[in-house]
Amino acid sequence: MTSELDIFVGNTTLIDEDVYRLWLDGYSVTDAVALRVRSGILEQTGATAAVLQSDTMDHYRTFHMLERLLHAPPKLLHQLIFQIPPSRQALLIERYYAFDEAFVWEVLGKKLSKGTKKDLDDISTKTGITLKSCRRQFDNFKRVFKVVEEMRGSLVDNIQQHFLLSDRLARDYAAIVFFANNRFETGKKKLQYLSFGDFAFCAELMIQNGTLGAVDSQMDDMDMDLDKEFLQDMKELKVLAADKDLLDLHKSLVCTALLGKLGVFSEMEANFKNLSRGLVNVAAKLTHNKDVRDLFVDLVEKFVEPCRSDHWPLSDVRFFLNQYSASVHSLDGFRHQALWDRYMGTLRGCLLRLYHD
Amino acid sequence: MPGKLKVKIVAGRHLPVMDRASDLTDAFVEVKFGNTTFKTDVYLKSLNPQWNSEWFKFEVDDEDLQDEPLQITVLDHDTYSANDAIGKVYIDIDPLLYSEAATVISGWFPIYDTIHGIRGEINVVVKVDLFNDLNRFRQSSCGVKFFCTTSIPKCYRAVIIHGFVEELVVNEDPEYQWIDRIRTPRASNEARQRLISLMSGELQRKIGLKVLEMRGNAVVGYLQCFDLEGESGLVVRAIGTACTLDKLSSPAAFLPACNSPSKEMKEIPFNEDPNPNTHSSGPSTPLKNQTYSFSPSKSYSRQSSSSDTDLSLTPKTGMGSGSAGKEGGPFKALLRQQTQSALEQREFPFFTLTAFPPGFLVHVGGVVSARSVKLLDRIHNPAFVGIMGNTRSYKLLDWNSFNSDEPETRDAWWAEIRQEIKSHAKALGCHAVVGYSESTSICEEVCILSASGTAAVLNPRFLQDGTVEGCLEQRLEENLSTRCGFCHIPYDELNMPFPAHLTYCYNCRKQKVPDVLFTTIDLPTDATVIGKGCLIQARLCRLKKKAQAEANATAISNLLPFMEYEVHTQLMNKLKLKGMNALFGLRIQITVGENMLMGLASATGVYLAALPTPGGIQIAGKTPNDGSYEQHISHMQKKINDTIAKNKELYEINPPEISEEIIGSPIPEPRQRSRLLRSQSESSDEVTELDLSHGKKDAFVLEIDDTDAMEDVHSLLTDVPPPSGFYSCNTEIMPGINNWTSEIQMFTSVRVIRLSSLNLTNQALNKNFNDLCENLLKSLYFKLRSMIPCCLCHVNFTVSLPEDELIQVTVTAVAITFDKNQALQTTKTSVEKSLQRASTDNEELLQFPLELCSDSLPSHPFPPVKAVTVEKASPVGDGNFRNRSAPPCANSTVGVVKMTPLSFIPGAKITKYLGIINMFFIRETTSLREEGGVSGFLHAFIAEVFAMVRAHVAALGGNAVVSYIMKQCVFMENPNKNQAQCLINVSGDAVVFVRESDLEVVSSQQPTTNCQSSCTEGEVTT
Repeated sequence: MTSELDIFVGNTTLIDEDVYRLWLDGYSVTDAVALRVRSGILEQTGATAAVLQSDTMDHYRTFHMLERLLHAPPKLLHQLIFQIPPSRQALLIERYYAFDEAFVWEVLGKKLSKGTKKDLDDISTKTGITLKSCRRQFDNFKRVFKVVEEMRGSLVDNIQQHFLLSDRLARDYAAIVFFANNRFETGKKKLQYLSFGDFAFCAELMIQNGTLGAVDSQMDDMDMDLDKEFLQDMKELKVLAADKDLLDLHKSLVCTALLGKLGVFSEMEANFKNLSRGLVNVAAKLTHNKDVRDLFVDLVEKFVEPCRSDHWPLSDVRFFLNQYSASVHSLDGFRHQALWDRYMGTLRGCLLRLYHD
Repeated sequence: MPGKLKVKIVAGRHLPVMDRASDLTDAFVEVKFGNTTFKTDVYLKSLNPQWNSEWFKFEVDDEDLQDEPLQITVLDHDTYSANDAIGKVYIDIDPLLYSEAATVISGWFPIYDTIHGIRGEINVVVKVDLFNDLNRFRQSSCGVKFFCTTSIPKCYRAVIIHGFVEELVVNEDPEYQWIDRIRTPRASNEARQRLISLMSGELQRKIGLKVLEMRGNAVVGYLQCFDLEGESGLVVRAIGTACTLDKLSSPAAFLPACNSPSKEMKEIPFNEDPNPNTHSSGPSTPLKNQTYSFSPSKSYSRQSSSSDTDLSLTPKTGMGSGSAGKEGGPFKALLRQQTQSALEQREFPFFTLTAFPPGFLVHVGGVVSARSVKLLDRIHNPAFVGIMGNTRSYKLLDWNSFNSDEPETRDAWWAEIRQEIKSHAKALGCHAVVGYSESTSICEEVCILSASGTAAVLNPRFLQDGTVEGCLEQRLEENLSTRCGFCHIPYDELNMPFPAHLTYCYNCRKQKVPDVLFTTIDLPTDATVIGKGCLIQARLCRLKKKAQAEANATAISNLLPFMEYEVHTQLMNKLKLKGMNALFGLRIQITVGENMLMGLASATGVYLAALPTPGGIQIAGKTPNDGSYEQHISHMQKKINDTIAKNKELYEINPPEISEEIIGSPIPEPRQRSRLLRSQSESSDEVTELDLSHGKKDAFVLEIDDTDAMEDVHSLLTDVPPPSGFYSCNTEIMPGINNWTSEIQMFTSVRVIRLSSLNLTNQALNKNFNDLCENLLKSLYFKLRSMIPCCLCHVNFTVSLPEDELIQVTVTAVAITFDKNQALQTTKTSVEKSLQRASTDNEELLQFPLELCSDSLPSHPFPPVKAVTVEKASPVGDGNFRNRSAPPCANSTVGVVKMTPLSFIPGAKITKYLGIINMFFIRETTSLREEGGVSGFLHAFIAEVFAMVRAHVAALGGNAVVSYIMKQCVFMENPNKNQAQCLINVSGDAVVFVRESDLEVVSSQQPTTNCQSSCTEGEVTT
């Protein structure tokens, strides 16, 4: 006796959260059944393995049919085929678009093209996430990217509107899209200590301050691309590092202000010129795409690592950065105060977030 | 030209991409009704076109309005080649033709293609203006309401229940026409869908005409079926019960008479007062008078006037109160005599209803069934084929006038079977058959026609015109309505149609009752049940040699009696094993395949307080000398006894101890008897009556004389009860559970298994089939575990044998949650109450014995409408009135539409019936693997069917479908060719319901106990 056909269709579509998770995690029906058996469900319900198999198959089929709709979540809300209560719809969408930290790490800042898809195999091997799940997550990133790429208005709002994600998840996606668009290098060994949250935090700051949408919300409201004009203008900041007098003056201003307040004062004093040069040069170089991509590598190399090797506590870093950016206002020969504030405003936030072990 | 149909195409959404180059679609719409077609403009390059068309107006006969569906086709415009069809929507405009139903159809409809399934949605508005007085048109029957519900619909009151209506139409199946060889599968499927839609419309119109002839205004328990006879054609047949219904929810007419205080008090005399002083019309019962004062006198006057002009269908002889009175004698005889004369005038005194107004059902005799094996012949009619070939626009020909042969043959077949049913009923001392249904099973050219029902004695009051007046004010309650009345035997004790084991009723102790009662109806609302009920199934397979034509038919008809016998024995054994004594909702399905016959009987077992406690099951061995064998037997016996004890506990069957002395009558010689009277016949008229009784045996004895019998006993014990927290039944509601909460989940589950051809023995087959059904149930319990505590209600199994080694089982049911704590309380109290009631009933009977009542009968032979009928509906009307402004469903993007096979929605009141939903779909694929194999294909299709039903209901302004059934699910596959095809036919009643929580204002005015009882009696159980 073999079962040829075995289906269950409810007027309200049944969604089993546990099975949904297994499906999202890319397990085959057989593996999912095995995992469910291990969870002790048979003992709890008195069901047989055959029942579990049939149930799992049914749910998988339903999810498979729903997947097409999940690709455009508003469709899930308006479609007539599956009657699903709104709270369940939200759960389906949110879970479908959720991603694994380990996976996003591997893809962050990479071009979301087909070429990368070949690498999914490697990522799967490396992270232990099933290939199917990797593919889903990658396709989600790509899909969101494609949809919001050409759109005006707030990136987060656009994502929320078109994918009906929670605020939290939409922000994460904004970061992923932003990183992918600007192709920030995140894969270097030096950056391994950072979490996705660190990057997402920086991305949000940069979207707020460093993009076209940040300055002029009326026109050309694009959150995806960094403000080219702004990047161009930052060349002017070079003078802070190149002009020796200005650099010395800046140093003395900072040192005076921080004297006695910093545990690592001597180290700061010794390193000031290097640190300042590093930060200013990062800004000045951002006209080149290559250097934009290396932004995080540069920041870690030029600032985070030197400070860390001198064991600066985080509070000292904060004191220093505040003073460092504020002192520029007292530099008479420096004319680009507004530019500096916009740059340092973002950078200070990023650096503080990036500064940890 | 009595009608104008107006259609507006508003917009489309989620259309498929038809132009690969632009990833867009240039869509336009063709709107077709009859032979007229309109087109919208082409809306260029959009997947969400906004046509916003003008009103397309069709001026048509109302006959066409009834027959034709509105056909909307969405196409993709192509400048250079033929326009591509995206899909179609068929809209049945029948609901717009009744005055009280929907006034407009407006909403999003899924665009359906038989090859691709649903492809986007279209927003359509449809209206109908009827110009003339409907009654003048004899060819049409606009205005006759149809209900699938097999009880008097909520918010209506039955004035008269006229009786059986039936009709069938026959046509050539487009799938088997010559043209099918050259047209595309899509064209063929669409021709079929359209033809069936036309035939359904025509059938409904013809039935409507019959109802009008009978002076009725509605058909209740309407059941329409298709017989796909293959080469020999396509039969669409329908049966139903014609009624005259009065709407109760019209607030304008209703309000003055029914203010809540009077309603409150009304409930007290009828539900609480153990001894209603029904004979006096004095001051003690002014409220009752008030109750009746608003039962629209208009309707009565209409009846009486109509009886003058009535056709021969309305019985008149023996109806007069005087003539009946002269007969005198015991009430029962009188009643029978009257009813008989009322019913005898009807060709078939059948009722498709399964639940009845209180007092309608007087006695129940037992199940009657008849089967007949027929050979199908090809229809020879070249002229017709020619016309049918023109699929563009044909009008369905009236086959009766066109071809004198075909439908008459089918009509004659059914008439023959019905005649048999009628004679069986008569043998049981009954003149009516209730819970009547018909079905067919076809395999190649052999067809088994089956009919079954429950023989019953009915209260004639509901059955005729003009006799109700006069007695209205005076006689309100009848002793007939006592809770055990329906169990009392209708046949003559001394002249029993079969050997039976009778005792005095355990409730009233006055009348004789059988030891076991089998019926096809729902449990009457006023029946006293002890404990809970459960689903009982008998399953059986029998191998049969492959044969052709006559030989095949003979082989089948030889097998049938044995199958019936075994199914019956199984049912009886299982019932006893459960410690119960009655079956309700019994449905026996015999399915014929190429090389086997399958029998599946489902019913809900209960313990009726009026019937005696069932005896146990005794096992007897054949070789008593063998010691180990003896031991084995006693072991089995112990197991059986344990199971019975366990089941009694599980289903809370604790009948009150009544010692025999109290009953005061020696129990007649105990004999096992059967109430199933059956017969079957092959093309000839020979009728074999089978005595299913087991002769004179002390208890129910199972003889284990061979391995087969051993198997049977084993299989008895292998049926596992549902996991705790689950109950199941195939009736509307579960006896013993009253506190339903509002969560419901309707579902359809389909399984197909392939038998390995090696082990095809009867036993292996039985085991496979048994496992299939048991596993299916287990799966359902597992899937719905989150709803615990819950009950699977109206569990409906259908078996088909699509191919040699395939068995398909389709189950549709609804899971309803209930409040365990409250449920326990109420059951307890209701049991207590009913026991109390039982005892008071006894006293009451002592005071007014049945015989005495008959004395007063001559002057008022027909008890008037019982107040409960009115009460039951009055909160509905009230609620409707008060909540008129409340929106029926929550505001979400897509309105939720509930679907249920039951006639009610727990925790809600149905305020309006919008019309019948009767839909037929075909889905075909040539890329089966790509669609996820057979399971993926059918899963998607059923989901789509649900979606289309919901969309149609929503467009009518409804928020639920009640009495939903999937009448057919014919699935064929050809995996080698990567093809599959499926036909599904569903029906139900579109309704508007209002949550009871929204009605709280109303119910809070009533004392809680009353509310409780009105919920259970009025709302849930009917």
